[in-house]
Amino acid sequence: MASTSAAGSDITGFTRELFMGRLNSKFMHPFPEPKEEDLETLKMLVDPFSKFMENENDAAKNDRECAVDEAVKESLKPMGAYGMMTPEEYGGVGLDHTGYARLVEVVGAHDLGLGIHLGASQSIGYKGIVLYGNKEQKEKYLPKLASGEHVAAFCLTEDGSGSDAQSIKTRAVPADDGSGDFILNGGKIWISNGGLAEVFTVFAQTPQPDGKDKMTAFIVERGFGGITNGAPEKKMGINCSNTTTLNFDDTRVPAANVLGEVGGGFKVAMGILNQGRFGMGGALTGTMKTCMKYAAAHAAERTQFGKKIGEFEMIQGKLAGMATRLYATESLAYAIAGNMDRGVTDFQMEAACGKVFSSECAWWVADETLQILGGLGFMREYPIERIVRDLRIFRIFEGSSEILRLFVALYGVKAAGDDLKPLQKALKNPLANLGAIVGPAVSIARARIGAPEKPSLDFAPAQLRPAADVVEDCAARLGAATRELLLKHGKGIVDRQLPLERAASAAMEITAATAAIARATRAVSRSTDTAALEVSLANGFALEAGQRVRALIRDMTPSSEAGTTIDPLRRDIAKSVIAAGEYPARHPLGF
Amino acid sequence: MRVFVGVKRAVDYAAKVRIQADKKAVDISNVKMAINPFCEIAVEEAVRLKEKKVAEEVVAVSIGPKQAQEVIRQALAMGADRGIHVTTDMRVDQELQPLAVAKIMAALTGEHDPSAWLLGKQAIDDDSNQVAQMLAGLLDWPQATFASEVEVSEDKKSATVTREIDGGLQTIEVPLPAVISADLRLNEPRYATLPNIMKAKKKKIDTVDAASLGVDLAGQIEVLEVSEPATREAGSKVEDVDALLAKLKADGLL
Ligand SMILES: Cc1cc2nc3c(=O)[nH]c(=O)nc-3n(C[C@H](O)[C@H](O)[C@H](O)COP(=O)(O)OP(=O)(O)OC[C@H]3O[C@@H](n4cnc5c(N)ncnc54)[C@H](O)[C@@H]3O)c2cc1C
Repeated sequence: MASTSAAGSDITGFTRELFMGRLNSKFMHPFPEPKEEDLETLKMLVDPFSKFMENENDAAKNDRECAVDEAVKESLKPMGAYGMMTPEEYGGVGLDHTGYARLVEVVGAHDLGLGIHLGASQSIGYKGIVLYGNKEQKEKYLPKLASGEHVAAFCLTEDGSGSDAQSIKTRAVPADDGSGDFILNGGKIWISNGGLAEVFTVFAQTPQPDGKDKMTAFIVERGFGGITNGAPEKKMGINCSNTTTLNFDDTRVPAANVLGEVGGGFKVAMGILNQGRFGMGGALTGTMKTCMKYAAAHAAERTQFGKKIGEFEMIQGKLAGMATRLYATESLAYAIAGNMDRGVTDFQMEAACGKVFSSECAWWVADETLQILGGLGFMREYPIERIVRDLRIFRIFEGSSEILRLFVALYGVKAAGDDLKPLQKALKNPLANLGAIVGPAVSIARARIGAPEKPSLDFAPAQLRPAADVVEDCAARLGAATRELLLKHGKGIVDRQLPLERAASAAMEITAATAAIARATRAVSRSTDTAALEVSLANGFALEAGQRVRALIRDMTPSSEAGTTIDPLRRDIAKSVIAAGEYPARHPLGF
Repeated sequence: MRVFVGVKRAVDYAAKVRIQADKKAVDISNVKMAINPFCEIAVEEAVRLKEKKVAEEVVAVSIGPKQAQEVIRQALAMGADRGIHVTTDMRVDQELQPLAVAKIMAALTGEHDPSAWLLGKQAIDDDSNQVAQMLAGLLDWPQATFASEVEVSEDKKSATVTREIDGGLQTIEVPLPAVISADLRLNEPRYATLPNIMKAKKKKIDTVDAASLGVDLAGQIEVLEVSEPATREAGSKVEDVDALLAKLKADGLL
């Protein structure tokens, strides 16, 4: 299943084009899917894995005890759960992205904390060795990691360095004995599996010939010495995942354990995160489906005012909103995974959209489920309160919603300037070089202000025209608003986060809606048993999203009320809050 | 010793079934299917015999349409060595009936010479509980049905089988070859691991057309009508035991 076909390698991303008012439907349609025989294998994998999770893992107990049950961990090792995507030659299961997404969906449906324990090892902890390791490193580390005999951790965050990963202070300097080894010193915080891992991917500054520091990635074994971890942090959720500080005190790391190039650590870190992000969409669809089960059952069973509450329109509205968001999230998650499998390399913006969209939809879905359940949802004996606690962190780690919105919007805005060449260097890290990206783009945008062709989703069948019309209209509007924004603000756009945030949110919704339309199109063309329902879900999502998106785009433009009045007001209010250090208004009673 | 295990693809135990519009069968067009749980127990037992070095080869046999291969693959993932798929388009939950199944298995027996057939005691779709008995009859082999424990002798010439019978357990010894059918408590089947499922893809499954075996596949039973069980009426809650007793008395049940 690990075979990556080159068939899709010439397909470019979808989301970037939106900012130019274009719909690159090739990314979404035909909706990517695995070969028949891979699907059959995957089907076989899902069944025993689901039964295992259902019957053997007790998420509530893991949560209570703040640790994954030892017996469960022992069983998960031979199951292959610690090395799902690791190539078979290194003892892994060798799944492709679609296969991984489908299996972590099972994990996400049952226990997000366990999901983070497993994911922190394979999706980020040792992913770097799979992606960037040399043959010796792979042979040395992967077999034990894939089998779960060892677990791994990804060590980037420090107390002074969260979203701004490049500002880390942990440092590795060449040993003065001329061995080529590095001596590592520094402290990391909030490292998942920090107290359990044998193998760490550690990011540290290393001195460069020019005297400046640059980040390098290292494979560090606990046995190297000088490594200590703190007590497990007490957290709001994902309690069974182990989160600790990690300290390196003169840890000697052999030269052979540099991962990738010396000085190439930031690229390695971003590569790992970009590559791993698609999985979250899969896992969180599983969580949302679990929520839906509870919500649907309660709506059908609970009687108030002589009626099942599911007969009340407000409850129906919630259920429909949940189902349409779930459909969109699921469609986007499998569109991204499927594209990665067919060799598409330009998926980073979509993966960022998928991460933000899935974590926010899952939060919304879990919250509405709790509301439908009423007081029951708040009770510990029901899993929903745990799911809500577990879900909250997904909007923060592995790229917060804010940072990924900036990432999407800035790449999009840059693309709207079209001619990338002179910018490419600056673009390697758009967040650090915000000004450099946008400056030249503006002049180019000015030059090509003519109206672009009308964007089109011409593959959509008649039943899906309502959704397709909305997406086409929104794409055209986003393109126009992006140009207007660039012309008005020029370089200064990088500091206009409120319109950028709206642009990113709009792009995310359009991306998800298009994935849903492409998937429903496939269902229609195959007349599957749920085709009619899928048409409703895709239309339902797109029409509702369209209302949100039109408002967002309206508010993006500098001449809008948001641009001229509301945003300046909000900035001023925020300034007063920060200056006061608390709620700044006088009490209505005066004291 | 070579052990043959029968694996039937049946409606998943957790699936909600509906009846076809013509009321002649259960509608299986979009229902989740799975290995029959008793067959899964039989596979587990066979694989354990192999792990104990009692059996050299475990062969999983399924009769049915193309998708029957899914349950063979599952048996292979659990540890069976190879599979035989006997193809037929007859519905295995009612058209292809126990006697025909037993005849097919008997025909395979002549060709492959197993020392034992391990079967589930019944399948959860038609609940016939007949194949093991009929197969033993056709082959003139001893039968040990409803096994909750199986012990093969050192010389592999016989097996001691504990049977679950009404009111207790019965232990019998049967000379091999024999037909053994698995009861619920024989073992707890393992979860197929992901790596073993991947490896199972490379194991061999031979295909044989049921029609080519020269046996009469015709059914002996005609299904007149299939209907839903009566829906259970809603119960009511009582405060305590006294109230329960009073209510039962009032309803004339005590
Ligand atoms: C349970 C848990 C597990 C974790 N596991 C790991 C792990 O295994 N490995 C690891 O390396 N790290 C891990 N982390 C750390 C995690 O990745 C960081 O918390 C995350 O990157 C955000 O950093 P921060 O918390 O320092 O927030 P900050 O970066 O300080 O951000 C605070 C707020 O400001 C916003 N913000 C920041 N910059 C901007 C900007 N330019 N514009 C607008 N808004 C901005 C953020 O979105 C956020 O809302 C974990 C954290 C937790 C809580």
